[in-house]
Formats: sequence, C-alpha cells, structure tokens
Amino acid sequence: MKLAVKDLVDVGRGAAFLGTGGGGDPYIGRMMAANAIHEFGMPEIISADELDDNALVLTIAMLGAPTVLTEKAASGDDIDLAIRRMEETLGRRADALMPIEIGGINSMLPIIAAARLGLPLIDADGMGRAFPEIQMVTFNVYGVPCTPVTVSDEHLNSLVVQTGSAKRAEDLVRVSSIEMGCSVILSSYSMTGRQAKDFSVKGTMTLALGIGRAIAQGRKEGKPIDVLVEYLKTTPYYNKCKVIFDGKVTDLKRETTKGFAIGHCRLTALDGSDNTMEVTFQNEHLVARENGQVRAIVPDLICMVDRETAEPVPVEALKYGQRLKVLGVSAAPIMRTPESLAVFGPHAFGLDDEFTPIEEL
Amino acid sequence: MRIGVDVGGTNTDAALMSGDRVVASCKRLTTENVSDGIVSAISAILKESDVESSKIQCVMIGTTHFTNAFVERRHLLDVGVIRICLPAARAIPPLIDWPEDILAAIGNHRYLIEGGYQIDGRVNSPLDENAVREAARDIQTKDIKTIAVTGLFSPVNNAMEIRAEEIIREEMGKDVAITLSHKVGRAGILERENATVMNACLADLSVHVVSSFRRALRELDISAPFYVSQNDGTLMSAEHVERYPVLTFASGPTNSMRGAAFLSGLKNALVVDIGGTTTDVGMLVNGFPRESSVTVDIGGVRTNFRMPDILALGMGGGSLVSLENEAIKIGPRSVGYQLLEKSLVFGGDTLTTSDIAVAAGYANFGEKALVKNLSRDLVEKGVDGIHNIVAEGVDRMKTSADPIPLILVGGGSVLVNRDIAGTSEVIIPDHAGVANAIGASIAQVSGESDSVVLYEKVGREAALIKARQVALDQAVDAGAIKETVEVLDIEETPLAYAPGGAVRLRIKVAGSLKLAGI
Repeated sequence: MKLAVKDLVDVGRGAAFLGTGGGGDPYIGRMMAANAIHEFGMPEIISADELDDNALVLTIAMLGAPTVLTEKAASGDDIDLAIRRMEETLGRRADALMPIEIGGINSMLPIIAAARLGLPLIDADGMGRAFPEIQMVTFNVYGVPCTPVTVSDEHLNSLVVQTGSAKRAEDLVRVSSIEMGCSVILSSYSMTGRQAKDFSVKGTMTLALGIGRAIAQGRKEGKPIDVLVEYLKTTPYYNKCKVIFDGKVTDLKRETTKGFAIGHCRLTALDGSDNTMEVTFQNEHLVARENGQVRAIVPDLICMVDRETAEPVPVEALKYGQRLKVLGVSAAPIMRTPESLAVFGPHAFGLDDEFTPIEEL
Repeated sequence: MRIGVDVGGTNTDAALMSGDRVVASCKRLTTENVSDGIVSAISAILKESDVESSKIQCVMIGTTHFTNAFVERRHLLDVGVIRICLPAARAIPPLIDWPEDILAAIGNHRYLIEGGYQIDGRVNSPLDENAVREAARDIQTKDIKTIAVTGLFSPVNNAMEIRAEEIIREEMGKDVAITLSHKVGRAGILERENATVMNACLADLSVHVVSSFRRALRELDISAPFYVSQNDGTLMSAEHVERYPVLTFASGPTNSMRGAAFLSGLKNALVVDIGGTTTDVGMLVNGFPRESSVTVDIGGVRTNFRMPDILALGMGGGSLVSLENEAIKIGPRSVGYQLLEKSLVFGGDTLTTSDIAVAAGYANFGEKALVKNLSRDLVEKGVDGIHNIVAEGVDRMKTSADPIPLILVGGGSVLVNRDIAGTSEVIIPDHAGVANAIGASIAQVSGESDSVVLYEKVGREAALIKARQVALDQAVDAGAIKETVEVLDIEETPLAYAPGGAVRLRIKVAGSLKLAGI
C-alpha cells in the first residue's frame, strides 16, 4: 500500500472510529506524521505476508494521558531511542515496525517511527481497535512475550523492563510513565515475521484508511453513516455492524479509578420514545445497554459518531446534548476466541456479562 | 445610561440603555475607518432620545473587525513565534497546519527553546534564558514588532512565559508587543499557540481600532469608559483589547444571543438569529450561550477558544428559492446585501425567501403586487420549507425533548410566522433587529480558573473553593461588582492515566460591571 500525506486525514479519522472512544486525538499524531514525512519521506507500508519468517518485527506506541499528549507530543529522538534500546537488548536490528493498536494516536506513531528510521511499516496491528492496557493484544494471547519492553521520554531517559507477564509489564511501565511526565514512547512484543503473520490482525491500516474515506465520501453524498456502514460490510472483520442507537447525550458520569477514565454515558432516543442507551467506558467503550439489555459488548467495537457528520467522538469530548449514533461492530475473529476473551473479554474489565457477538444481539 | 454598539461587517448598530430599558436604537452602515459609523449611529440615538453625551456612563462595543481581518488576511504583522518546550513537542513545530496564504502574511519566524513544565506544574526542563535572549536579538534584526510566546503546560504554570517576557523586554524594550499563551488559550499546545500567534499578528490593528473607538467617543464628547465584548459574552477593558484582540473572535453570535435573553427576559431558551444569508441557532443556558466542545477553525487555523455552540444554517432573508422536481430548494446561495435590488418585491428578478414571506401575506415590505403572480403551490411549499429549516435546526440544538421557548432575532425574523415544532412558544421581542448591540450593552465581567488539581492530595471541596476564589478575584479585578458575581460553569475532567486523582478543574464566574457614579 502507498500512503500519501493527504491520506493521513482519512487514516486518522478511521483510527479515531476504531479507537471506540479511546486512543487519544489523532490530530496531534497526524501533525507529527506530516512533519516526519516532510523531513524523512513516506515510509513503505507492507503486508504482513510479505515478511520473511525470520524477520525481526518490533511494535511502537505512545502511552499516556490524552490531555498530556496534546501538550507534549513527542520529540522524535525519543521514538528512535525506544527502538534502538530494543535492538541493543535483542542484539539485532529490526526489519520492520508494526502498530500495537490501530485505534487513535497509535495508528500514527508507527508511521512517524518508520519514516524516521527508514524501516517498512506492517499493515497490521494487535487488536484492530484500541484497548487501555498493553497485555490486551493478540500477541500476548498467542504467546508472544511482551518483554523486553523499552520505554523512553523526551529527555532521552530510557528503561528496559524485563518481567514474567504482560500484565506485570503493564503495571511497571504505567508507574514509570507517571514519573516520566505521563507520556512515554514504548516498544514491546518483539516477534518474528512468522509470529506477525500468524497472530496479528492484518490489513488494519488499509481498513482505517477505508473507513476514513467512506466517511468523507458519505459526507459528499449527504449520508456519511450509511456509506460508512456499507463500507464496513465489505471488510473482512467489521462486516457484522449496525447502528444500535440514535440518541442524544442526556447524562454523563465520569470517575477516575486506578488512573483510568471510567464513565457512563446515557443517551435518550431521538424518535420520541423513552428508550435509553447506557454506554460504559474505561477509556474505550466496553458495553452498550439499551433499556438494560446488552446491545454490544467488548471486544466487539462500540463506536459513537456525530449523527450528521459521522465524526467519531472520543470520550473526553462527550458532552451533554450531543446527538450521536452508536454503532456496534464485530471484532476480528482472532479477537473473539476463548483465549482472547480471557484477556480482553468482558470479565477482564470487571463486567459480569458474557461476551455475545453483535450479530446475535 | 449606557450605550451598546455592534460593529459588524455591513452594519453598525447602537442601542441606548437606561437600566433595563431600551431608550433608543438604530442601524447605520459600517465605515472603512470604523469610527465614522460609530459616530453616526451613536449621534442618531442621542438625538432621538434627546440625551446629552455627559449622561453616558459606559459604552460597550462588540465587533467582528478582528475576526474579519484575520479571515481576510488584512493588516496582519509578521510574528516572532517563540515556543518554550524542548525537548518535548519538537515533533509538532509551530504553525505546522497553517494555510500558505496566512503564513505568507505573518512570515515563518520560529524559535524552539529549552524549557517548560509537566502537567502537575513541576519543571520539565529549565528555561534556557540565553536562547530566549538570542531569539529576541534575531527577531529584532528582522525588524519584527510582535512576538508570541508559548510555554509547555503554561496554563498550569506560567512562570517561564512571564520570565521570557522580561528577557525579551530587556533586549527589545517597551515597544515590542508580546502575547503570552496562558493569557489567550488553554491546554493543547498547538491550539493555544495558534491563538497566541493570531493575537500577536493583530497587534497593530488592535491599537489602531481601539484608537478609532476612542476617537469616535471623543468626537461625540463621551468621556465615559468603554469596553469591548469577548466571545463568552463578557467584557474586556479597552487596554485589554489592545493587547488581546483575539479574545473578541466570534463575539457576534454571543452578543445576539445575550441580547435575545435580555429582550425576552428568558434565561433558558433557544435563540434563532436570522440574517441575510445564514441563520444561527444557539442554546441559552442560564442566560449564556452553551459553549462548543469541538475545536473551531477560524480562517483555516485550528483553535480551542471558548465559543458559543452555534449551528449555522444556510438560510436567511436573501436566500434563493426554487422548485426542483416539485421539491422546494432554499439557499444556501443568497443575494446577501443586494436584497434591496435583486429580490422580486424590490423590483429585481430573483425569487428569495423574503418574497415568499411577502407573497404569503405575513411580511409587509417592498411591493406586494410584484409577487402576486407566484403560484399558490410554490408559496405554500416555500413557507413550509422556511419553517422546516428552522424547525430542524431547533431540533438539532435542543438538549431534551421537552418543548422550550424560542427567541427570534435578526433582520430575517420576519420570515417566521408559525409555531415551530418542539418549542413552547416563539417570541419576537421589540428591538430584535439590534439584539447584537443590546447584547454588548449588557455584557458581564468574568473570571476563570483553569487548573489541574490532585483531588487525593487537596480534597475536592478545598480545590473547588480555591478555584472559585481565583475566578472571583479575577472578575472583581476586571471590574465586576463582587456581590453580583455568580458561578456560571464548573467543569471537572478526570485525567486518564494520571495519578493521585488528577482532575482538570475549570470554574467560570461572571458579574455585573460596576458603573461609575452608581
């Protein structure tokens, strides 16, 4: 796939949609990417299947509070450093980079890294959406070790974290990131080309671009949500999808628990009925209930968009009175296996409900 | 007595107010030099009411002049853009997303310097004072007269921005204009920096326009102080506008909504302001416009200003009307200011919404005979179409299904004569045509506190009390009567991933302006 700078707008909007409320504002990411491409050129984007089985693949991401990201962004050198430290630790140069999550700002960061380091970028990621913690990826589910994890900040401080489980790595990195200014660059899940082929969610950069383009095209035709849904139905993962609610935000409760933005957003139907939908989120949307009944649940995607423009609305921008449509979208099949559900199914987020696919709800 | 003035792109409106009473109002054309239009409008209302200029205690002016200048790229200065952020934020350099034509107007003079804070106000890296000095010297050799300074997390801690200003003054003296980002923007470095640069490039024009205002009042023999309204419906002193013209951006819709609230006596209502080309729909909450939560582009530049949440519809009194396959089409094209030449009722050849309203018999201007041949079907569909557009806009802006009152203002309010679905009543107050000027005259003085606090450390109650006090002190410093100051808004945003119950806490208060001699 060949990306042009103008495609970044569509990729960013598609990534915001796949961010399901979380993942941070891709605008800053898009600006960083545009700047990096201006300086270093557009990186080559390859399919996972093109990889040599023995190739070394590294993931790269930003981790931090969305509010901090919009102020500090990155320096650029910190991105290089996270990869270089990983290469030192492994004693080998990377052959390709891959996003860990396609949702939100972490769709853009790997583009910047690949441009800066002159490495190809793989059109795939570890979830086809966004999640709040680093153990919540297919790589972890299928046995790719999360560590060593390298962490860097703009002062070019760096850490190498070695520990037994991905969850433990998450806990250690989270604490360090706070001392490093609440926003760090992170490389993890070093893997072989073979593992990348077997365990990634493939083609997600292309899909983000497609989603962004569908929204743009739909706006020209005056029916962005219809065009978006039609497009999703042609995709390999997101094809079971539907508008599950059309309403107005009538209540919003937020709390911070253990560093996460937990919240409940209630929507009231616009059709004059008393129907309400309650969407619960932990950075990303977890479950959508209509009059108490589950209509979509994690790891399937719950996406809130402006009902006129289909602009994805992140949780930090939710406000009373917004008129939104809520879409329920199927996650990739690899995300719905029993092993995957054990890591990022409803129970992993403290929900009592069992996972039921969107097509059965 | 006080006077409200609205200096728009086309018209300059003025209203003379005595307490809660509108004594006189009028509309005049805006003039190139601004002051002639103001003199003409104020003279007219003073003459009509037979009030002496010495009785005027205060003049409040709303203007779109600065917004228009920026959007049209007129009278803009080259700006020295200094950002104190390194090693952070290097990946998003200043002015990164600005349109080419505006970069051509303000130059591309960027200086990135070591320094800045973290989100909790701790130093991220110390200020490189020498680099500030060198930047100031370089800017001086380029003969640039205005500087924008943006520091990392300056809304949380502004000390480095203030120190940078001192250093620049030491190097460049008193005459250089300096805008500090914490004065004009909030968290989000690019948006705040954009606002800072927008403000800086207007430094010359603001001095010029404020002196035009002063000249106009002198000519009218009015010695009372004057204030300019900002986008949140509150006032700034003349000196403040000279330094922060960017804060007037988008004050027009705010003034018209505040004017509507005042004229109707309602605090919670929808406001529909129908002009010649567009209709603005907004929501009054507690007497103030509901703020927009999304970023707003002005002249192609992204900002995060406090802006009223306005839905602009492409329909006004001059909008073109046609039938396409039996379906009525209204706007967005409009004859605009040429309404008096082009529309049918004024002898022109273009069918407009105004013609429809006259043909239907509920509006009365121009020559009714000129539209008597329009088909009944067309007129009926046109009237339906006009009301449908308003009703849809109303529905999109409402926050609950309950019917609420709708206040109709602006010159195009004559287009509406029916109930609008979802509203409890439609009110067209007296003086609805000059709601802007009246909104300016009743603007309040505000104060705001915006900070990141650790609830686990200081406790929520204590944090709220402290923030309220900061906002109140600011309002009183700006001229508010302490007893009238009320909290307008409290917004708490938990910061995802941050420790210690970190919350971004914003409190906004506003109160009535203290008038001399009361």
